[in-house]
Amino acid sequence: MTSLTNLGVKAIADGVAGGEFTAVEVAEAFNANVAAAAALNAFIVTTPEHAIAAAERVDADRAAGKALGLMAGVPIGMKDLFATKGVQTTAASHILEGFVPQYESTVSQKLWDAGAGMLGKLNLDQFAMGSSNETSYFGDVANPWRRNDGGNAKLAPGGSSGGSSAAVAARLAPAATGTDTGGSIRQPAAFTGISGIKPTYGRCSRWGIVAFASSLDQAGPMARSVEDCAIMLEAMAGFDPKDSTSLDMPVPNWSTALNGDLRGKKVGIPREYRMDGTDADILKSWEDGIAWLKDAGAEVVDISLPHTKYALPAYYIVAPAEASSNLARYDGVRYGLRDLPEGAGLQDMYAATRAAGFGDEVKRRILIGTYVLSAGFYDAYYTQAMKVRTLIQRDFDAAFAQVDVILAPTTPTAAFGLGENVDDPLAMYLNDVFAVPASLAGLPAMSVPAGLNSQGLPLGLQLIGNRFDEQGVLNAGLAIESRAGFTAQPEKWW
Amino acid sequence: MSVTREQVAKIAALARINVDEKDLDHMVPEFNNILAWVEQLGEVDTSAVEPMTAVIPMPQRLRDDVVDADPLTGGGKRDAILANAPAAEHGFFGVPKVIE
Amino acid sequence: MSNYRIQGATGEWEIVVGLEVHAQVTSHAKLFSSASTAFGAEPNSQVSLIDAAMPGMLPVPNRECIRQAVRTGMAIEAQINKWSRFDRKNYFYADLPQGYQISQLYHPIVGKGALTIEADEKAGIPVDKVIGVERIHVEQDAGKLMHDQHPTMSYVDLNRTGVALMEIVSDPDMTSPAEAGAYIRKLRAILRYVGSCDGNMEEGSMRADVNVSVRKVGDPNLGTRTETKNVNSVRFVMQAIEHEAQRQVDVLEDGGKIVQETRLFDPGTGTTRSMRSKEDAHDYRYFPDPDLLPLELDDAFLEECRASLPELPDAKRARYTGELGLTDYNARELTAEVETFARFETLLAATAQAIGKSEAKVATQVANWSLSVAPGVMKALGDEADPAHATAQAQAAILTMQDAGEISGGQAKEIYEIVLKTGRAPDEIADTEGLKQQSDTGAIEAVIDDVLAANPDKVEEYRGGKDKLFGFFVGQTMKAMQGKGNPAVVNQILKAKLG
Ligand SMILES: [Mg+2]
Ligand SMILES: [Zn+2]
Repeated sequence: MTSLTNLGVKAIADGVAGGEFTAVEVAEAFNANVAAAAALNAFIVTTPEHAIAAAERVDADRAAGKALGLMAGVPIGMKDLFATKGVQTTAASHILEGFVPQYESTVSQKLWDAGAGMLGKLNLDQFAMGSSNETSYFGDVANPWRRNDGGNAKLAPGGSSGGSSAAVAARLAPAATGTDTGGSIRQPAAFTGISGIKPTYGRCSRWGIVAFASSLDQAGPMARSVEDCAIMLEAMAGFDPKDSTSLDMPVPNWSTALNGDLRGKKVGIPREYRMDGTDADILKSWEDGIAWLKDAGAEVVDISLPHTKYALPAYYIVAPAEASSNLARYDGVRYGLRDLPEGAGLQDMYAATRAAGFGDEVKRRILIGTYVLSAGFYDAYYTQAMKVRTLIQRDFDAAFAQVDVILAPTTPTAAFGLGENVDDPLAMYLNDVFAVPASLAGLPAMSVPAGLNSQGLPLGLQLIGNRFDEQGVLNAGLAIESRAGFTAQPEKWW
Repeated sequence: MSVTREQVAKIAALARINVDEKDLDHMVPEFNNILAWVEQLGEVDTSAVEPMTAVIPMPQRLRDDVVDADPLTGGGKRDAILANAPAAEHGFFGVPKVIE
Repeated sequence: MSNYRIQGATGEWEIVVGLEVHAQVTSHAKLFSSASTAFGAEPNSQVSLIDAAMPGMLPVPNRECIRQAVRTGMAIEAQINKWSRFDRKNYFYADLPQGYQISQLYHPIVGKGALTIEADEKAGIPVDKVIGVERIHVEQDAGKLMHDQHPTMSYVDLNRTGVALMEIVSDPDMTSPAEAGAYIRKLRAILRYVGSCDGNMEEGSMRADVNVSVRKVGDPNLGTRTETKNVNSVRFVMQAIEHEAQRQVDVLEDGGKIVQETRLFDPGTGTTRSMRSKEDAHDYRYFPDPDLLPLELDDAFLEECRASLPELPDAKRARYTGELGLTDYNARELTAEVETFARFETLLAATAQAIGKSEAKVATQVANWSLSVAPGVMKALGDEADPAHATAQAQAAILTMQDAGEISGGQAKEIYEIVLKTGRAPDEIADTEGLKQQSDTGAIEAVIDDVLAANPDKVEEYRGGKDKLFGFFVGQTMKAMQGKGNPAVVNQILKAKLG
């Protein structure tokens, strides 16, 4: 028997259902890996007892001959942006340190209902704002991968779902939840050699997920195979009457319908994604991807997404604007940190609490967002950005009239070193240049590993589908996965 | 457009975030860098374009007028509401005295 | 045009008033959560995770709140916007957990409408006047702060947080405190007719933000205005306007300038003062709420809203004077309050049916009974009356006997008194208490014959031309019959006998 912690979602669920091993054995194995990986700093809190209790229920259900859920016996990591009842939920911020929700997010509840257990709450960029997991109040997460130059420099795991990507890549969890506002599932997946999908906006309920930018936030799975992502997404997705933007549509059986045969399909290659500053290795892997999809039977078509260049600046108006308002509730009145200087009035308390409770990047975005919404600037910034967003969506609509799925790099570079970009916010923002357009348009998009670069670091390829067509994305992802033959693992150093 | 130190301080006050002089030293140039960069959006001719109103076009759903329709959206849970409060007294949230 | 003027040293000033009325929408659950809206519960007992703005909570709108706003808009013949949306109004305050109020700025659900305030000579409103309504939008109420329970802390109760409000914004069409008072009363009547707000100002179901500016008579430009927040009675609104206008005139006459600001009304002194706590409230950073989608109303929804509208005050008044033939005064009194017209219409229907005549035929009788007789009896009895006994059935029975000449007006009152005290049936009271008129012509003739026989000299005088004596004979006859003679029959027989 291979090590249990090398197994993915499907293998674990099948093994538990088939009696090859018990859910508790699986949970114990992953709990042990989690406990031994403090150096990665992937978890903010660990919850081994939660994983064991869920596993015991699954084992009991199996013994009783009850039907098992999609995720039965699979212990997962939960990004610390999902409210978990009775378990501290911080969004990696000081302002929510110690906050214990009295409710469970819809997505996490669905996962528990499907038989999953929780290994712990995963680290992330503070309030999901960041692309390197360096903005967490609870410290940086280290990418389990290192360059092959012998230098042992610690690399960023990507962000904001950096705890999730690191944990899955390092075999601390077979899968983890992520959230993606402007690339926060896809970019960290690419940086750590795993898969992750952001579904169509509205597929996964946002209820109980700490909000960053409401019109962009989407939850999705991060795992080590396309099929595992498909299974876990099925468990996470579904209509939720508590979320006004939730899609009232049935959840397809993506995993059973998976099919990497792309004959008759057209794949679009957007010319505007050939940007200056993109690594040669990245461009090379894009060429590989094109070849693999052709090999799978697809016809490759050059397409144009003319407003691509404006996606990132539009995102950096819309997302901070929404965030500045969404984060106004962190005021020290009802939960979380309260900083009450001697003699302070109510408004002083707010300003002191928020100064002490938010990190620099969060403050930066709140200020930008406050500014672009303020009197006299609203139309020039916010309204203009929302108009550009319409144009970006139109670009995609025109493209999907021509093609079934779009192939592009996930990121312009492979993982960079921790600390390399922290002093230059704009350089950091550029990480998401390929990821953000699909976010603005609400489209399903996924990253799958495509190989290693010359420094031995994983590279990701991104597949973008038309709205509601997660299946097309997953199928193309599978076609790449089966041809890329990506089996590399980070060497254990932690 | 570029913003002054005073403007950044005013925005911070509006956002209820204390900043000191030292913070402003690095915040002002950062702020202006980001603004200068997002302002490239001004190049796009949007005169004939409507701003996006829904990411996935669909109408707003409305719920029935039922009290406590779902424990997750209903009331009657004072303890849960106050459980994390920094200052809860006699069933209220406490804040520094407000003079209106 | 009202002739309300303020006399200053430099000349005459007129005032311009606009009102933003916040009316609590009648609904069981809150606008975006399913917590109850019931009044007066224990602190924070009617608060959902959503109302408390817990992390990750999301709003879903209550259909009934939208429906009531639309019906209200229809009642003032306003434009109903089939496409509207919610915006966030951002500011920090302890009664606002989200740090923003979900409201509607850019695309309100109801657009332009109007209502008419009636002429009231005494109040200085010479003719009916149309007051424009700029818009009605739907928004969340805030929580409540209590300042006097702790030496250094204010307490926050979120029970009101998230209750649905309609903000009804008038045009600056009012030019006197009286017009503003009449506007609020009329608006309140419409809301109560429609059933979209209970209009209970003491419980805060209706509050007005009062916008006042002044200008020299004849000046076409508007002066700088102030907004006095949350004034919660008609009288206070009028006081606030009076005080605020005078204050502005004083400032301007002294060479000062009016600052556009938010002010508070002090009911104790009838004055307004600047509100420090809202000093940077000028930049609300409104933007569309990204947690919500545009509100799109379909024709079926609008159809139902329209079909469910009741007859409204103006239409009802016109019908009362037209079809029912009531006086202007009676029609106005009867239509002023929902309870009044409801009682009247029930009694009118019951009486018409009992008597077997059309409603129009009995309307004046029922109106007089409803407006003066019945309330008079009730008032005179005070605590002795049990209002539960004031049923339409009992009152219709009394009115029917009176219509048939079986009882006199005085007897009707006496019977009603007993009804209110005991709940006994009116006919039974009339029979057993001897409260019936004698209409038997034979018996009355006999009495009259006796009266005439006993007063031959008076008969002579009458026949000689002293017509005034007719009343004497009536009085003698009634006295002999202990007041129970049917006056019409008595008159008729007397006339015949006296020739
Ligand atoms: Mg107002
Ligand atoms: Zn309002």
